[in-house]
Amino acid sequence: MQVPAPFEYERATSVDQAIGLLERLGGSARLVAGGHSLLPMMKLRLADFEYLIDINDLHGELGYIRLSDGEVRIGAMTRHRELLESDVLAEVFPIFRDAEKVIADPIVRNRGTLGGSLCQADPSEDLSAVCTTLDASCVIRGPGGAERVVTMEEFHVGPYETAVGDSEILTEIRIPRKLERAGSAYAKVERRAGDWAVVSAGAAVWLDRGRIVDARVGLAAVGPNTTGIPEISAALRGHEPSEELFQVAGAIAARSCDPVTDTRGSADYKRHLADELTRRTLRKAVERARS
Amino acid sequence: MTDLQDSKLTEFEDNDQKPVGFGRMLRKEDARLLRGRGRFVDDVQLPGMLHLAILRSPFAHATIVSIDTSAAEASPGVKAVVTGETLKGLGLAWMPTLSNDVQAVLATDKVRFQGQEVAFVVAEDRYQARDALELIDVEYDVLDPVIDVRKALEPDAPIIRTDLEGKTNNHVFDWETGDEEETARVFAEADVIVQEDIVYPRVHPAPMETCGSVADFDPVEGKLRLWSTTQAPHAHRTLYAIVAGIPEHKIQVIAPDIGGGFGNKVPIYPGYVHSIVGSIVTGKPVKWMEDRSENLISTGFARDYIMRAEIAATNDGKILAIRTNVLADHGAFNGTAAPVKYPAGFFGVFTGSYDLKAAHCKMTAVYTNKAPGGVAYACSFRITEAVYLVERIVDALAYQLEMDPAELRLKNFIQPEQFPYTTKTGWVYDSGDYEPTMRLAMEMAGYDELRREQAEKRARGELMGIGISFFTEAVGAGPRKNMDILGLGMADGCELRIHPTGKAVVRLSVKTQGQGHETTFAQIIAEELGIPPADIDVLHGDTDNTPFGLGTYGSRSTPVSGAAAALVARKVRDKAKLIASAMLEVSVADLDWVKGAFQVKGDPGRSVTIQDIAFRTHGAGDLPDGVEGGLEAQICYNPSNLTYPHGAYICVVDIDPGTAEVKVRRFIAVDDCGTRINPMIIEGQVHGGLADGVGMALMEMISFDSDGNCLGASLMDYLIPTALETPDWETGYTVTPSPHHPIGAKGIGESATVGSPPAIVNAVVDALKPFGVRHADMPLTPSRVWDAMRGQATPPI
Ligand SMILES: Cc1cc2nc3c(=O)[nH]c(=O)nc-3n(C[C@H](O)[C@H](O)[C@H](O)COP(=O)(O)OP(=O)(O)OC[C@H]3O[C@@H](n4cnc5c(N)ncnc54)[C@H](O)[C@@H]3O)c2cc1C
Repeated sequence: MQVPAPFEYERATSVDQAIGLLERLGGSARLVAGGHSLLPMMKLRLADFEYLIDINDLHGELGYIRLSDGEVRIGAMTRHRELLESDVLAEVFPIFRDAEKVIADPIVRNRGTLGGSLCQADPSEDLSAVCTTLDASCVIRGPGGAERVVTMEEFHVGPYETAVGDSEILTEIRIPRKLERAGSAYAKVERRAGDWAVVSAGAAVWLDRGRIVDARVGLAAVGPNTTGIPEISAALRGHEPSEELFQVAGAIAARSCDPVTDTRGSADYKRHLADELTRRTLRKAVERARS
Repeated sequence: MTDLQDSKLTEFEDNDQKPVGFGRMLRKEDARLLRGRGRFVDDVQLPGMLHLAILRSPFAHATIVSIDTSAAEASPGVKAVVTGETLKGLGLAWMPTLSNDVQAVLATDKVRFQGQEVAFVVAEDRYQARDALELIDVEYDVLDPVIDVRKALEPDAPIIRTDLEGKTNNHVFDWETGDEEETARVFAEADVIVQEDIVYPRVHPAPMETCGSVADFDPVEGKLRLWSTTQAPHAHRTLYAIVAGIPEHKIQVIAPDIGGGFGNKVPIYPGYVHSIVGSIVTGKPVKWMEDRSENLISTGFARDYIMRAEIAATNDGKILAIRTNVLADHGAFNGTAAPVKYPAGFFGVFTGSYDLKAAHCKMTAVYTNKAPGGVAYACSFRITEAVYLVERIVDALAYQLEMDPAELRLKNFIQPEQFPYTTKTGWVYDSGDYEPTMRLAMEMAGYDELRREQAEKRARGELMGIGISFFTEAVGAGPRKNMDILGLGMADGCELRIHPTGKAVVRLSVKTQGQGHETTFAQIIAEELGIPPADIDVLHGDTDNTPFGLGTYGSRSTPVSGAAAALVARKVRDKAKLIASAMLEVSVADLDWVKGAFQVKGDPGRSVTIQDIAFRTHGAGDLPDGVEGGLEAQICYNPSNLTYPHGAYICVVDIDPGTAEVKVRRFIAVDDCGTRINPMIIEGQVHGGLADGVGMALMEMISFDSDGNCLGASLMDYLIPTALETPDWETGYTVTPSPHHPIGAKGIGESATVGSPPAIVNAVVDALKPFGVRHADMPLTPSRVWDAMRGQATPPI
């Protein structure tokens, strides 16, 4: 049994109380949501915090998927399993269900949360790639109820680093809905079910009268953070979807990413996957947008 | 009230036909294990028990300059901090390995692999012990490590074993088998020679339960009780007696339920010794239970062979000879578990199932700054490597000759009339009938149809592969005339006692780690005596209550101890016959044995059951002259030869041409383990081994960076397969009994682990044929398969 170093533990009763505790305890405290990233690190003694503030009781307050005409709002405490099982979400953004099917395993998905995933900011993290693909923004709340909204690009500061400050909480993700026909998809190559991505890619397209009005691609595990690639969007906009176009997008993806060789695979292979998966997810997203 | 659950249970029980002897029945131990009533080492709780944690080296190679334990000693709950210097004072800093090398119990001079034991703390609870480790201050002087095994013997390579007097290099041993000259001659005359460099990378057994022990030394009686995760309790006890100087009768080793072994629990690890020392020093019971990372980085690994394989054949596909040159990485200490005269285990069976004219192997083993071992991992002493070598190179030959790999194998099999068959490396295969096994596998697979499907798919650019492996194993070590471990002959005892009411208890020297001994051995006794398996208690794992023997590994339980069980039952039956003759008042010659009873020849109405006889032996009234009361016997069985199970495996894979991901679509396994005792247990063993094979072929590998950091230190980094990577196994069997084993059984524990990796790799390589691929090394991760598709396959080390 791997055992963590000693720490104090407190269960938060409200978002503002949690923020109050963070404010008081500073950098020596950490929020624990699903715990599936934080606890393994503490048991391996890669992370050592004096205080843990458990926000699982805030699931009532922060666990939700709300649809309106203009956007989808998802609470930070929404669990992987809820994202996987939500038919409403699968209807508007099937990319979520695609991704959730290949994130970890049922045990991890029962507890792990959207907020925890994004805040962990692991370069191979899948939901960050999904949120990047969908041009999501993140709602961060701080002391005194102050809220700020940042884009995914602003949210990710570096590997394992986000824009969330020491006494702040990520409360919500907002995903814009556009008027056009939308389609999205996610694909991941892993060495084994439940493994982190060798590379994964998400794609979303919006079509109007057969033409692409907007398209986005988000990649995971090929750089310091999950990356959105504006050049792909620019290359696709205004065109009719075609294999040639997907090929162009794939080539841009391969050239724009920055993978490293590790036990999951060589940098060359990952670059190849960025291309391959970009083409696959775009194809699928278009197919879905059309149907 | 009968609710759903109740009726389901009954249905389940009804389906279990409870044979009195061999046949399919539910495992006796499962009721306990499935209901959470198993008792593992970590379940042992003794009054006043303390907990031990080990400080391990962060470096692969470094001199220890100093160790300051004062802060740790002052830490809350800490009872003792022990370093190598402390042990040196007790003469316990080093201990022998199973290969007559020595290994540090705690490092004194320097550390030789990342994860090596440097100090340990004993404290009131596990957290305190672990916390105190952080307070031990060790100053290291980092040395260059030897990580690339190919460079271990270079003249300027750092010398790892400076503890061995006069050691000037990293050489462990050279070993050779077969006839070099004759092989060279046959190669010179061959039409075709195919050569490949084949790597079997380092893998880890990764049992679900990690290693651990609870030591309880009683200073008054001078008695040590040790609960430990061991596959060989008796051998361990003898070694503790030798190492620690505690008289053997004052040591009781208890292996309770074991959560998987696969060879990982054959060696004596420093941690076990630490717990003993901890208990002696503190006067309290001490528990050590390693965590997952410790298990992966420091305990016995397997394989790590770099093999150059060459095969010689005629143009029409007659295999003439095989030769190989092997570089073996043994890590920092040579801890290989193998019979002493077999430093390379049974690698000599690399000639496979084929009738050759000549064979030769030359091997060099070296030290590196990696975890020690090279122990068996479900490999029956290196047979995994041998079978992989021959089955891979035979496939490469088929590729070269443009011959179907099934046809090539069928053409070269040793024929049934050639058994017992002596191989060119001196192994005497006891029996075998290979063609029917191969044909059955092909039939189950629909081999011809699969090849047609493959041709169609290839034409469309799809990648489908069909891989075959055919293996012969040598298991059941072994005849004591040439097999021993540290001087202990590889025989096994068995004791059987029939209680007055006809129930029985059988005591074994072997120890299950999940193989189902409590069922299999009850069935062996049941078959011989006609006592239902439910009436037979199987005791094992406790040295105070079981006869001496060398334990369970190398698929030896049924071949060795199973024979002992059958023979001890026959001894009891012989005695029962004398008593039956008195009870029935006829001569012994007039009795027939019908399972469970003796009856008078020609008068089936007159009979006595084994239960009647058991009561009589303990009951009132005189027994025949010279016959003692009681019905029991004991035996020590020394096998006359090994047994040689064989099997034919066929694997079908599909590869995604875009991502290079391999999907195992089908796997057909036909095994011949001789007489089949419990087919359900056999299938279970095969299923587990096949899953293991998928792991090794596609994802498992313990790798190191150039500084010697282990890159497989958690199950996030060291991948083992899940249900999603494994297909529905299709199993079949043939039966070729062993002629020298009392019941003809050959052993099944490791067949599938041995046989499956080559079938899977052969399937992947076959799928990649359109790219001109003749060989690619494990693990065949998507990235490595993609390399192979582009003609850039590289060895993994
Ligand atoms: C075996 C295994 C396999 C996995 N496989 C995958 C995979 O394939 N793909 C993948 O994407 N992920 C994978 N994960 C990670 C999994 O999805 C985690 O659950 C997730 O990354 C973290 O979510 P959590 O709720 O458990 O966060 P926690 O572990 O509780 O927290 C993670 C970090 O986020 C912070 N945090 C949490 N919530 C908030 C918040 N609301 N505001 C501010 N900070 C917050 C915490 O303080 C902590 O620093 C895997 C995990 C495991 C154990």
